[in-house]
Amino acid sequence: MSTPLLEARGLVKSFGANRVLRGVDVAVPAGSVTCLIGPSGSGKTTVLRSLNGLETPEAGTVRIGDVELDWATRPEARAVSRLRGQSGMVFQAHNLFPHLTVLDNVTSGPVFAHGRPRAEAQEEARALLTRVGLSDKADAYPVQLSGGQQQRVGIARALATRPEVVLFDEPTSALDPELVGEVLQVMQSLAAEGWTMVVVTHEMRFARQVADQVLFLDGGVVVEHGPPSEVLVEPRESRTRQFLHRLLDPL
Amino acid sequence: MSAIDWELVRSSLGPLFDGLVRGTLPLTAVSFVLGLAIALVVALMRLSGRRLVAGVARAYVSVIRGTPLLLQLFIVFYGLPSLGITLDPWPSAIIALSLNVGGYASEAVRGAILAVPPGQWEAAMTVGMGPITTLRRVVLPQAARIAVPPLSNTLISLVKDTSLVSVVLVTELLRRAQEIAGQSFEFFTLYGVAAVYYWVVCLVLSFGQTRLETRLSRHVAA
Repeated sequence: MSTPLLEARGLVKSFGANRVLRGVDVAVPAGSVTCLIGPSGSGKTTVLRSLNGLETPEAGTVRIGDVELDWATRPEARAVSRLRGQSGMVFQAHNLFPHLTVLDNVTSGPVFAHGRPRAEAQEEARALLTRVGLSDKADAYPVQLSGGQQQRVGIARALATRPEVVLFDEPTSALDPELVGEVLQVMQSLAAEGWTMVVVTHEMRFARQVADQVLFLDGGVVVEHGPPSEVLVEPRESRTRQFLHRLLDPL
Repeated sequence: MSAIDWELVRSSLGPLFDGLVRGTLPLTAVSFVLGLAIALVVALMRLSGRRLVAGVARAYVSVIRGTPLLLQLFIVFYGLPSLGITLDPWPSAIIALSLNVGGYASEAVRGAILAVPPGQWEAAMTVGMGPITTLRRVVLPQAARIAVPPLSNTLISLVKDTSLVSVVLVTELLRRAQEIAGQSFEFFTLYGVAAVYYWVVCLVLSFGQTRLETRLSRHVAA
C-alpha cells in the first residue's frame, strides 16, 4: 500500500484530569474520505482538531504530505501553522466572518494570509461559489444566508487555500434537518472530485455512501476501523453495535 | 436686575466659541486618538499571556483609574519639571489626557476583543492567518462594534474633562469663560454659556454614537 497522505500516530490528549485521547492512529490515503464516528465525548472532534493544531496533544505525531509534527517535542507556533497550512477546516457553527461579504470570506485566506492578488483570488472564489451553488450570493453578508448556505460558504472558504486535506467538524449538526441535504450533496460531489476529506459526523447514511473508511471512536481510542460496509453494517465490536443501535433506534 | 445679561451673552458667544474650537475640540480629538492607541497597546499587553507584560499593563490601568485626573495633570505640568522635564501647557495637557483615556479605554478595548467568539480566531487560523493579521482583519473590526458604547462614554467624559486643563493655563472653553467673567463679574452668564456649549457638543457626539452603532450593526443578526 502506498504512503497515506495524512498520518497520525499515538495521539494523546488530556483536558485536566480527563484523558480524551489515549493513543489514536489515523491514516488517510490521498483522495479518500474518512469518517470519524462515535458517541459524544469519544474524542472524535479532538482527533480532528489535533490534525491541524487547534488542539495541542501531549504526545503523538501528525504528518500531512511532507509536513510532519511531533507533538511530544512541544513544537513552536511556526511549525504548527506550517502543518495547519496543509489543511482547510469546516466548522460545526460555520464561523464565517460576519463583517465580510461571502466573497471576502472566501478570499480571506488567499488575500489576507497568503498575500495573493485580490482580483485573481476573487476569480477563483467565484468559481468555488459556483461550485457550491452560491454564485449569486457573492455580495451577501453571512447573516443574510440560511444555515445551509452559510455552511456551503464555509466549505468554499476552506477550499480556497487549496489544502491537501479538508477537515469537517460535524458540518451538519447545527443545521435544521431540511438543510442537511444540500451540504451533504456538496460534500459528496467534492469526494467524487477526489478531495481528501476527514469528516466527523453523525450522518450514517453519508458515511455509508461516501466514506472509504470509517473509524469508530469510544473512550479516546479507535475501537474499530474499516470500510463502511464492515464497520457500519457488520461491526465486530459490541461497542460499535451498541452505538449504531442507539443511533438508528433512539427510542 | 436680571441674572442674565443678554448683551454679554451675545458678545461672549464668539470668544467662547473660539475657546471651544481652538481649545476644547482639538484637545479632545488629539487626546482621544492618542488615548485609543495607548488603550489598544495596553489591552494587547494584558491579553498577551506574558505575566510581566500583563502586570505592567495592569499596574498602569490601576494607577490611572485610582488617582484623580487633576492630580495626573499636576504631576505632568508641575511635577515633571523637578525631574528636569519641563513641558509647555499644551503638551502637558495632551499627555495627561491621553494617558488617562488610555487607561480607561483599555478596559473597554480588552472587553471587546474578548467578546469576539473564539471560533473567529480559529477560523482565521485555519485559513492561514497569523495572530496579527487575525487581529487586524477579523477581530478588531468586530471588536470595534462592541466597543462603541463604552468608548463613546469615554469620549463624552473627555470633552468635559478637558475643562480641567484650564488650571494649567491652556486656553480652552472654560478658561475663556473665566477670563471674560473675571473682567465683567457676570459669572452666571458666562458659565451658563460655556455649559450650553459643552452640552451641545455632547449632544452631537451622542447622536453620532447612535448613527455609528447602527452602521456597524448592519451585518449582525439582531
